[in-house]
Amino acid sequence: MGSPRWYYPMAGAWLPWIGGLAAILLVVGSIWGLAFAPADFKQGNSYRIIFIHVPASFIALAGYYIMAIAGAISLIWKMKLADVVVKCAAPIGAAMTALALISGAVWGKPTWGTWWVWDARITSMLVLFFLYLGITALYQAFEREEQAAKACAVLALVGTVNIPIIYKSVDWWFTLHQPATLKLTESSSMHSSMWQPLLVMIAGFYVFYATVLLLHTRVEILRRERRSKWVQELVSASGRG
Amino acid sequence: MYFSSITDLMYMDGHGPYVWGVYAVAALMLLAMVISPLMSQRQFFAIELQRQRRAQAAVNPSKEV
Repeated sequence: MGSPRWYYPMAGAWLPWIGGLAAILLVVGSIWGLAFAPADFKQGNSYRIIFIHVPASFIALAGYYIMAIAGAISLIWKMKLADVVVKCAAPIGAAMTALALISGAVWGKPTWGTWWVWDARITSMLVLFFLYLGITALYQAFEREEQAAKACAVLALVGTVNIPIIYKSVDWWFTLHQPATLKLTESSSMHSSMWQPLLVMIAGFYVFYATVLLLHTRVEILRRERRSKWVQELVSASGRG
Repeated sequence: MYFSSITDLMYMDGHGPYVWGVYAVAALMLLAMVISPLMSQRQFFAIELQRQRRAQAAVNPSKEV
């Protein structure tokens, strides 16, 4: 397991299914959240941004876990596929964090009266964004792939310090950002007509993330294995068909 | 539907531009995340195929490729 030659066709077989599932969940969740969920009694309709903002923020954090765990595996067992995951997860995570920050800023304007505040949650998310960018840039800085893999894995692991800070920031510092609405341990402070579409969107974003990670890792594997016989066979087959 | 008309759905009591703006940005970003690897995959195959054909032509110059 974990060999690129095995991974490439396996990921290709999964792609249409999870890609289709992600599209269905995102479309259903968006229509439900935009047109059918009731308005919030305090925030009115601006709260509908939650259906993008919360899932994107979840993925921004979950993507970091995936990247850091892959980094640890790449350092300890020198698994090539784990290094490919670190490299591909960084730009996707940066995009998701950017989406969380942008949607938060636009939500902040009608709700708090400002696009941006240097609040603990927002600042720690901005740090997360720069961590993702840093890892992406660090890959470009090395000539040799093994060196880049090692440096990026270490940076990804060091950056995990930021994750509990993001989670706890709304409890440790009482600032503008509201505390979590969905809780695992107690009942949610949100009405079911609102959290049901939110759950659909969160599931949609998770499946979407998996789809995009598979797409990116497949291309990266092709690039790294370009000299191997199986990739060259794929290339000549693509010329015939 | 929660709104009484399509105009209401667009306007959202004045929050329309914010809400629809975020959904538009999100749609564009998600789409870009899917399209960019698909395009680099196509590019990879095109470049490698060209390289293969050039290598073949070098070995066998008489054959038209």
